[in-house]
Amino acid sequence: MSISAPPRTSIRFRGRSFLALVLAPEAPLEQWLEQFDAWAAQSPGFFVGRPVVLDVTGLGLDKPALAKLVSDLHDRSVRLMGIEGSDPSTCGLGLPPSLSGGRSTGVADVLDAQAAAAAPAPAVARKQGDALVIEGAVRSGQVIIHPEGDVIVAGSVGSGAEIVAGGSIHVYGTLRGRAIAGTTGAAKSRIFCKKFEAELVAIDGLYKTADAMKPELRSRAVQAWLEGDAIIMAAMD
Amino acid sequence: MAKVLVVTSGKGGVGKTTSTAALGAALAQTGQNVAVVDFDVGLRNLDLVMGAERRVVYDLINVTQGDAKLSQALIRDKRIDTLHLLPASQTRDKDALTEEGVAKVMEELRAKFDWVICDSPAGIERGAWLAMRHADVAVVVTNPEVSSVRDSDRIIGLLDSKTLKAERGERMDKHLLLTRYETGRAERGEMLKVDDVLEILSIPLLGIIPESEEVLRASNLGTPVTLSNPNSAPAKAYADAAKRLMGESVTMMVPQNKRSFFGMLFGRKAA
Repeated sequence: MSISAPPRTSIRFRGRSFLALVLAPEAPLEQWLEQFDAWAAQSPGFFVGRPVVLDVTGLGLDKPALAKLVSDLHDRSVRLMGIEGSDPSTCGLGLPPSLSGGRSTGVADVLDAQAAAAAPAPAVARKQGDALVIEGAVRSGQVIIHPEGDVIVAGSVGSGAEIVAGGSIHVYGTLRGRAIAGTTGAAKSRIFCKKFEAELVAIDGLYKTADAMKPELRSRAVQAWLEGDAIIMAAMD
Repeated sequence: MAKVLVVTSGKGGVGKTTSTAALGAALAQTGQNVAVVDFDVGLRNLDLVMGAERRVVYDLINVTQGDAKLSQALIRDKRIDTLHLLPASQTRDKDALTEEGVAKVMEELRAKFDWVICDSPAGIERGAWLAMRHADVAVVVTNPEVSSVRDSDRIIGLLDSKTLKAERGERMDKHLLLTRYETGRAERGEMLKVDDVLEILSIPLLGIIPESEEVLRASNLGTPVTLSNPNSAPAKAYADAAKRLMGESVTMMVPQNKRSFFGMLFGRKAA
C-alpha cells in the first residue's frame, strides 16, 4: 500500500487597507501622558478596538524609552499596530513594526469607516469639482462623507443623518442632523444652513451639541465658524 | 398593469396593518382586484384584522418554498369578492423568506391582481426590506409624534436606496399617511401638526386619518374600518386616500372635532 503525499497548496497572501488613528506624543512625555489621561477620562473606551499608529518623529527616543512609551500606552488600553518615524534600529522583536509611507486622511473617516460601510448610499450625489452636491434630502440614518472638500445639500438633513466634510457644509433646507466640517484640519471651514435645528455641529475636531447651543438660534438661518478653540454661531437673518 | 404598494413605517404600532386592511378594502370596493400580503412572518396580524384567521391553511412561506400553490394560499374575503389575503406564517421567522421566493410570488401576484398591497413588519431589517423590495408605490404610515417621524425619515431613505426601483435608478413614488391625528391636541402643541410632519418628511400627503375608537372596534371585529362603518370619519379618510391612490383628486380634509368645527364656522362668518 502506498501512501501518497498530500497535495501541496501554495500559501496565498492578500492585501488589506485599514484607516488608523495616529497618536503623536510631544516631549516631555510625562506631561503628555498626564494630558492624555485627563482626555481619556472624558472619553473612556475611545481607543478600544481601533487601530492606532504611534508617530514618534522628532522625539529621538532610544530603544528602552520607546519600549517604555509603548508599555505606558498599553496600560492605557491603546494597542499599537505600528510605529512611525522611528529609527529602524530602535524597533525590534517585542515592539510594533516600523511603518512608513502612510497617507493622512480625516479623523472622521477613521471613526466613520464602519458606519459608512453599513450606511445606505445617498439619494443622488453628483460630484462637481471639489464640492459634493446632494440634490435631495439626506434622510435619517444616512451618512455623507466627503473628505475632499465642501458638501452642498439642496434639501434638508434629517434628524439622525450625518454630513462629514473636509471643507465647509452648506444646507439649503433644515439642518436637523449632524454637520461635521473641516475634518482634514481645515479650521477655516464653516457650516451654513437655512434653518437651524442641528443635533451637533463640529469644525476641525471641536464640537457642540444642541444642549450647548443658544436656543434663540433655533429655526433661523445660521452660520457657524471657528475662532481659536471656540465654535461661534450666529444668525444670518 | 398591477401596482405593488408597500405599507411601511419603520416604527411599530403606528397603524400599518390597520391601514393595509382599510386601503385594501376601499380599493376592492371600487371593483379593483386586490391582494393584501402579510410580510410580518412570525407576528402575523393582518388575518385577524381582516377576520380571516380561521380560514388560514397555507401561507406566504409555503408558497415561496413551493409547498403550496399561490391559489391555495390566497383567501378570498367573504364580504368583497375582489379582495384577497395572502397570510404570513406565525410559526416561522423572517429568515424563512428568501429573496428569490418573494420575487417569484410577487411576479405571480402581479399577473393576477390590479393592486398588491404588502403589509411590512416594523423595523428596517430583512422582513421590512423584502416587503419594500418589489414595490412601485410606498405608503409611509406616520403618527404625529417625533419618534415616528424620524423612523419614517429613515424608511424613506431606504425606499430611495434599497428597493429594486431605486436600484434601477427610477424614482419611488412615496405617499405620507398620517394616522391617529387629533386636531385639538396638535393645536395645543401636544402633537406635531400636519405641516410640521410634511415639512420634515417632504413627501406628498395621501391622507390624514383621525384618531377614533372606530378603528380599534373594527380591528377587534375583524373587519377593515372602511367596511365596518363606512360613514365614520376614519373610514371616509381611508376611502379618500384610496381614491387618491387611483389618481383621483379629492380635497384633503383636516379632521375637526365638533367644537372646533363650529369654531371654524363662526370664525369664517366673522372674517
